[in-house]
Amino acid sequence: MSKTSNINRVDGFAKVTGSATYSAEYKTAGVVYACLVGSTIAKGRIKTIDTKKAEWAPGVLAVITHLNVDKPAGYEKAKDKHNFGQPLQIFKDDSVLYYDQPIALVIADTFERMRYAASLIKADYFKEEHSTELKKAAEKEKKVETDKGNDYHRGEHDGYKNAEVILETEYTIPTEVHNPMELANIIAKWEGNKPILYTKSQGVEGTRRSVAGVFGVPVEDVEVHAEYLGGAFGMGLHTWPYEIAALIGAKKLNRPVKLVLHREQMFTNVGFRPYTIQKMGLGATKDGKLTGLTHEAVAMTSSYEDFMEGTVNMSRFIYDCPNVSTRYRIVPLDTCTPIWMRGPGEATGSFALESAMDEMAYKLNLDPIEFRKLNYAEKDQEQNKPWSSKYLLECYEGGMERIGWKNRKNEPGSVKEGNWLVGYGMGTGTFGCYRSPTSVKAKLLANGDLVLQCSVNDMGPGTATMMTAIGAEVIGLPAENVIIEMGKSGLPKGPTQGGSATTSSVGSAVHDACNLLLSKVIELASKSSSLKGIAITDLTFENGVISSKKDKSKSVTLATLLSSNKLEDFEVENLSKAAEEAKKYSIYSFSVHFVKVLVNPNLGKIRLAHVVSCADIGTVINQKTSAGQMFGGAVGGIGMGLMEALEIDHRFGRPINNNFADYHVPVNADIEKQEVFFVNKKDPISNPMGTKGLGETALVGMAPAIANAVFNATGKRVRDLPITLDKIIETVKV
Amino acid sequence: MASKKTNQNKVTSEDANSRRDFIKKSGLFTALALTPPSLVMASEKKWDEKIAEYLETVPLSIEVNGTKHNLNIEPRTTLLDLLREQLQLTGTKKGCDHGQCGACTVHVNGTRILSCLSLASMQQNAQVTTIEGLAKGKKLHPMQEAFIKHDGFQCGYCTPGQIMSGIACIKEGHANSREEIREYMSGNICRCGAYHNIVDAITEVKEGGKEI
Repeated sequence: MSKTSNINRVDGFAKVTGSATYSAEYKTAGVVYACLVGSTIAKGRIKTIDTKKAEWAPGVLAVITHLNVDKPAGYEKAKDKHNFGQPLQIFKDDSVLYYDQPIALVIADTFERMRYAASLIKADYFKEEHSTELKKAAEKEKKVETDKGNDYHRGEHDGYKNAEVILETEYTIPTEVHNPMELANIIAKWEGNKPILYTKSQGVEGTRRSVAGVFGVPVEDVEVHAEYLGGAFGMGLHTWPYEIAALIGAKKLNRPVKLVLHREQMFTNVGFRPYTIQKMGLGATKDGKLTGLTHEAVAMTSSYEDFMEGTVNMSRFIYDCPNVSTRYRIVPLDTCTPIWMRGPGEATGSFALESAMDEMAYKLNLDPIEFRKLNYAEKDQEQNKPWSSKYLLECYEGGMERIGWKNRKNEPGSVKEGNWLVGYGMGTGTFGCYRSPTSVKAKLLANGDLVLQCSVNDMGPGTATMMTAIGAEVIGLPAENVIIEMGKSGLPKGPTQGGSATTSSVGSAVHDACNLLLSKVIELASKSSSLKGIAITDLTFENGVISSKKDKSKSVTLATLLSSNKLEDFEVENLSKAAEEAKKYSIYSFSVHFVKVLVNPNLGKIRLAHVVSCADIGTVINQKTSAGQMFGGAVGGIGMGLMEALEIDHRFGRPINNNFADYHVPVNADIEKQEVFFVNKKDPISNPMGTKGLGETALVGMAPAIANAVFNATGKRVRDLPITLDKIIETVKV
Repeated sequence: MASKKTNQNKVTSEDANSRRDFIKKSGLFTALALTPPSLVMASEKKWDEKIAEYLETVPLSIEVNGTKHNLNIEPRTTLLDLLREQLQLTGTKKGCDHGQCGACTVHVNGTRILSCLSLASMQQNAQVTTIEGLAKGKKLHPMQEAFIKHDGFQCGYCTPGQIMSGIACIKEGHANSREEIREYMSGNICRCGAYHNIVDAITEVKEGGKEI
């Protein structure tokens, strides 16, 4: 175990003292307050909008609507296509495309005056018939017109239909909302024609490109700060209309504008995991070999952007199966565009696939894990490539032991603890390991500190801590001597934080930059008088001193080396990319969630008595932050499995439960006993550290694990999430 | 540090016109409107601005983290917004404005409350402690140390509320078992899902028996 494998979070002090500065918290002289007023219909056009009362209200500085907006230059140039990445152009015209779509921006000198003035805005509409219910809009079903939207077939189309044992089932997941604790927020200002944003973005460079496109300014002129994010879980992967609105307001007033969404608006305006209906067809031999698998998904999108995610992808490769078909369709509805939510696609897909695998195991009278082992994929049949590494079996074993799988009986409802029915279930998760080109600057200062710079941000997983650990390991410094500068434009360009790719991308870039820095320092040192004649390979750098490996008395300090070369510091900037070799392999993380549930047969109440989450994520850089992420992903999956659903009143196309009292997320009382287990074996291919990615797979597979455990406890199969007590109690007999 | 009204976002000259327009139309100024010269003079000297500010605000004496403040505040201002927007104490977080998430938890006269559900004007002469008031310089409060050690957070946004609640949970005598801690910490949502580690941190502080 390395010295840095269990270090505390490097931003811990800032976070526990309240000194970490989130977007809306930057002290900005002359800042004024803005909010968005939303439409009260789901589809139509604005007939009239009365802003007079608001304009006359005390302290109001501006009310902006489609009638008086100075339209950003890029609105005209935007492509008239439904491709994802063409978000709603706020205030462009009188059209209303979803309920609570912003129709006015109110800006006042204080928060209280702003809120009051906003309440005075009234609009009348030409209403049109809206469509917000996926099940009633099947006629609008369409393919996504990109390669990723194509159907997939291996072997016989829908080959499952010819099997000895056939399972055909349908699963539904409702709309689920990210709801990070920090509200979507921004402080926007302009310096001449240069926009400056302090905003909740998961990708500094992506936000720069979006804003540059909307306002028709050079990308390099857009300044973005997102140093601390109070969670995002995918919500910050889009540049949303509220950010553009704040910039429009700031430009009009030539003053900094602060805009914080209300919690209610977090349910309507910044994306969600889309409502999805999935059909599974599984075929197997009587002795448990899968012969066919068909996975179809129909998911909602908005009327103006074709959003898609990899819902059916996992079914193509996770099990050994000769005949596989997948189809993915979208249905445009009158809502805001969805956005990837933690474990995007796979979390939805795994609920269907891993529930169906469980159902098939019961049909075959097999233990669910035995059934999976019988269909273990020795290679990736989709890409026809070997796995770079795969320790899924170790995850099964680790979880079975910890959860007490031996106490499970295959017969549902046959185990009791007091008045509670006991059930055990598991679900498999996976997520691809991606690596984006990333630049990192590494700088050694005369005092021995190492500075690492990258524009990537840290929404909570511990990116800064990971960078610190890798930098300290490579250079041979205590972690306390590493200084991280990140989360803002102007630094070497990092990737968007998402897709479980940050450690693989940024960690590798830190690794490479630090190694380069080390070699350059040693090379320069070899020319100094005290080390002359010693081969570079015989030199070593430790704690600020370059010395001969054979004779430690022959040395030069970094400070001396710098001053004798008239340098203030020593720095390198390096662009790091995935190796070509990696393309020959299929690189995935794997996880298996195990749960033991207790179900009260009289009340339908479900308790998670024990949750064990196991993962093969390659090398674990930091046990502490990785475990935290795994705990958290599992909790997210528990929310998906047991609680979370945005309910829409389809008569009006608007949400019913747009607040934390009515939209339930897991709280402390819901998490009784939780364990995490990592295989922690280096992947030889993925990247120099051998990591594979964790953020998504930490959640994928949890919801089906719960559904499967509930079935084991009660004999009731719930195929529509969340598994609320009403769905249990209707059929369970005492 | 005694501060006077510190509304740093006070209306400046560039928007004072709309401000005065409002006052001319305001019912309170009907009398002034009947005497045009005084209105003109008031307008020119921006007295109307000052009078309006006076009429719209209430005095508040409040002690935050040991510092007394004598302020004039809008009656509509919540304690949360007072802390964040006027006193620049942004450690206390806004998560919902409805008392549903716990991010804004502070101590008022030693008791945990949701600062978004309390109007600042209700806290006359109150002693408020926020997350910024826990550490003594670099010396952290035991609960802050425990949160770091046990990694009781990820993004850090709910953390100030969790820590303020955690301290209160022990002081109230509601930290006698993990089960009890879970129950009495359930008003503080952590969307990153650090609950397991939060309970570890509170348990350690409780069992450590240090003064909190």
